[in-house]
Amino acid sequence: MVKAAILYTVITEENKLLGAEAVKKGFEFDKINENELILDVANFKKDYDVILSRSSSFMRGLYAAKYYEDCGTRVINSYDSQALCGDKYLTSRALAKAKVPTPKTLMAFTPDAVHKAVDTLGYPVVMKPTIGSWARLLAKINDYEALQGVVEHREVIGNYFHKLYYLQEHVNKPGRDIRAFVVGDEVICAIYRVAKKGEWITNTSRGGSAENCPVTPELREMCLKSVKAVGGNGVYGVDLMETTSGLTVHEINHTTEFRNSIKPTGVNIPAKIVEFVYKMAKK
Amino acid sequence: MANAECPECAGEIKFKPNTEVGEIISCADCGTKLEVKSVNPPKVDKAPKVEEDWGE
Repeated sequence: MVKAAILYTVITEENKLLGAEAVKKGFEFDKINENELILDVANFKKDYDVILSRSSSFMRGLYAAKYYEDCGTRVINSYDSQALCGDKYLTSRALAKAKVPTPKTLMAFTPDAVHKAVDTLGYPVVMKPTIGSWARLLAKINDYEALQGVVEHREVIGNYFHKLYYLQEHVNKPGRDIRAFVVGDEVICAIYRVAKKGEWITNTSRGGSAENCPVTPELREMCLKSVKAVGGNGVYGVDLMETTSGLTVHEINHTTEFRNSIKPTGVNIPAKIVEFVYKMAKK
Repeated sequence: MANAECPECAGEIKFKPNTEVGEIISCADCGTKLEVKSVNPPKVDKAPKVEEDWGE
């Protein structure tokens, strides 16, 4: 009998759906609440064959993944994969290294270097925190004055983390981008995330809506190449934009949300994930 | 079964049948986000603050 668990920070709708699918399939998921964990660095006892990591917190998820992997448990997604996907700079670096089309991205550490970097990218430019999600602290900077303002705010009221400047060329997308769901080596479905009127941010957590996006051979190939660049063999939400020269990948999510994507795609995403988790436990 | 009480406004919190421990719900009266601490007996507390590294 497979010993499986789901690791969580809070019980989100996704986590409930995953638990319900596991029950339907006659599998059993223990629930590991991060808030109750005490990780003993000297303990290497294997309690689980497989853990599906659904931490809301990037750092907690990372430490827990390392702990359980050292105990011999297969963690989905792996520690290495989480480390790459949870940090936008590391993701961009991995994508560029694998020659996956990705927006031009520069990292700078000081205001002077930021201004020089933006001079090479041109306006508008997008500034993002390296760690974070749900479009939090994302800024589209249209001119020099706005850049000065954002940099000064970060320097004066930010912590060390806000002084890591991740800068990306602005891609003039057609009011939408794509979230594709990859489970193992299959691109199971995709959605267009359509921005609210007047908004440039497409995240569904920020009011964007979800519509079915056909999984074309180009999309499939790019998604599989992307997830391979960050470790593969897991569950991913790949974010892509449509440009005049084809698709470009800008982010890969390792604990992808899917609550708004089941209905438009008609794909039972949690069922696919649960099946994959159990398949991996037996390998 | 008695209902839970919102720690912010003392409003009555009714659980749906499939409510789970660890789930985040909202108080219908004041909108405060609450974490389910126990289903039976029903108990809630203020939900944890969303940290900067939270996301997907």
